[in-house]
Amino acid sequence: MSETLVEFDDVLTRYEPLIGLETHVELGTESKMFCGCSTTFGAEPNTQTCPVCLGLPGSLPVANAAAIESTIRIGLALGCRIASWSRFARKNYFYPDIPKGFQTSQYDEPLCVDGHLDVEVDGRTHRVEIERVHLEEDTGKNLHVGGATGRIHGADHSLVDFNRAGIPLVEIVTRPVPGTGAKAPEVARAYVTELREIIQTLGASDVRMEQGSLRCDVNTSLAPVGSLEWGTRTETKNVNSLRSVERAVRYEMRRQAAVLDAGGRVVQETRHFHEDTGSTSPGRSKEEATDYRYFPEPDLVPLAPDAEWVEKLAAGLPELPAARRARLQEEWGLSGTEMTWLVNAGALGLVEQTVAAGASPAEARKWWLGELARRANDAGVDLPELAVTPAQVAELAALVGEGTINDKLARQALDGVLAGEGDPRAVVAARGLAVMGESDELVAAVDAAIAGAPDVVEKVRGGKVQALGALVGAVMKTTRGKADAATVRRMLEERVLSS
Amino acid sequence: MSTEPTPDRGAPALGRQDIAHLARLARLAVTDEELDRFAGQLGAVLDAVAQVQRADAGDVVPTTHAVPLTNVLRTDVVTPSLPRDVVLAGAPAADEDRFRVPRILGEEE
Repeated sequence: MSETLVEFDDVLTRYEPLIGLETHVELGTESKMFCGCSTTFGAEPNTQTCPVCLGLPGSLPVANAAAIESTIRIGLALGCRIASWSRFARKNYFYPDIPKGFQTSQYDEPLCVDGHLDVEVDGRTHRVEIERVHLEEDTGKNLHVGGATGRIHGADHSLVDFNRAGIPLVEIVTRPVPGTGAKAPEVARAYVTELREIIQTLGASDVRMEQGSLRCDVNTSLAPVGSLEWGTRTETKNVNSLRSVERAVRYEMRRQAAVLDAGGRVVQETRHFHEDTGSTSPGRSKEEATDYRYFPEPDLVPLAPDAEWVEKLAAGLPELPAARRARLQEEWGLSGTEMTWLVNAGALGLVEQTVAAGASPAEARKWWLGELARRANDAGVDLPELAVTPAQVAELAALVGEGTINDKLARQALDGVLAGEGDPRAVVAARGLAVMGESDELVAAVDAAIAGAPDVVEKVRGGKVQALGALVGAVMKTTRGKADAATVRRMLEERVLSS
Repeated sequence: MSTEPTPDRGAPALGRQDIAHLARLARLAVTDEELDRFAGQLGAVLDAVAQVQRADAGDVVPTTHAVPLTNVLRTDVVTPSLPRDVVLAGAPAADEDRFRVPRILGEEE
């Protein structure tokens, strides 16, 4: 299925995009939202259920205090106002993955409202306003049988696992973000990236998109440039990576522009993102499902977080990512661009830990953005996946700093570390990588170089001191790089020039 | 969906289309004859409830819950779940340790 698309740059000449994001985050609590069932990921199907999360008659839910606190902390980190009065509501609809016939959610009385998150794209800060942060429960998981590749379309029947049903789920909803123009896809991605980092810093969730503990719905609409009215939006689901967030917005902008160019009307609908093609297709029709008949959940009493509780949670917040970046940039004396490189390379935490282990910021940066980035690139992995710890990198830097090894030997020592031969110091000892002192072996190598190149010696004595480089090279070659070049040069000068 | 005029909401009368909509949301198959009957019956229920609106409740604080409690919470501790065979014994059909449900999307979807 291929659709007419307008070239991205072309879209911007006629239309103004408006994006909005709804992000669902599974909280990392031990037990579920309203019952004591475990939340462990990957357990055998239907082994983590009870009368409450199965919606059996007579069961009564009780809210998980840790989930409430995590939600308030997320709200505080996003600059939200924490409601002094908040209630759960029933969102009624039928679908096999909700056993109760309704999802316990929040409607008009969410826990947190009116926050914001600033994200930077290409040196410009975009403020993303947060409309609300509310708490609900996750659904079960459907396995579709009998259709093509597990899709719901054409399936004969479905199999349901309720282990996930009832796991606390926080939904973070932005207001529409205007004025992003050509940067709309990048702003959307930057927002989810920053949100993910904040929630990770809070320790509220493991925020793993590939495991579904962070899920994102991306709303996109277009309006003609200069129009005072917003266009009709689509809601794209199944966006399972940061890269997909960007691609989904880009695709919807190009597709909607083609529809509008042809004089058509964008249909308000849920669309499904396809990772393989980067395209979207119509999903479940929303028209008949919009009547959720929300009403306050009678089985749960209201939440009334008092000021003292909220202040205590606020006081316990860790340093947030933006503040941490600003502090490290200042401490390390980096420019904004240098800092961006570090962050984009995913090396900020690694460099910080390497510095904490004793390396200078400059050394730590040189290693992670240079040699280690090259190794990671060659191996096709991300920096944190390399089999070397920040402490080991600091040790390598220290070995170079104290003159035990030079840069070339350090790279060999790194080979050993990556091959699992132990810490750098142990690798240096085992592989005999230490720089040679003024040993008999080195003296012999220096004498041999002088004896082997009388023409060069003549030149040097005749005033062409730079010719000495050839002799240094010869000695380094004989010693297989283990000699210290400065020491070798000094020894050569002593012998050639003073005789 | 039909386009017959919406009944006057001042009097809580229910039309056939309201009943058809509710029935669809509740996954109930309702015949034409039942649409008329239920519209009348549900209308009577709404009339009865509408009497409450005649009460002078100007200075009455809305009741949010039957019991005046807030922040009833449990600590985040795992308690035992039900054995799977017990869980699935209550299912109309089960397969591969999961609840088996009929096709979710109809042919027209």
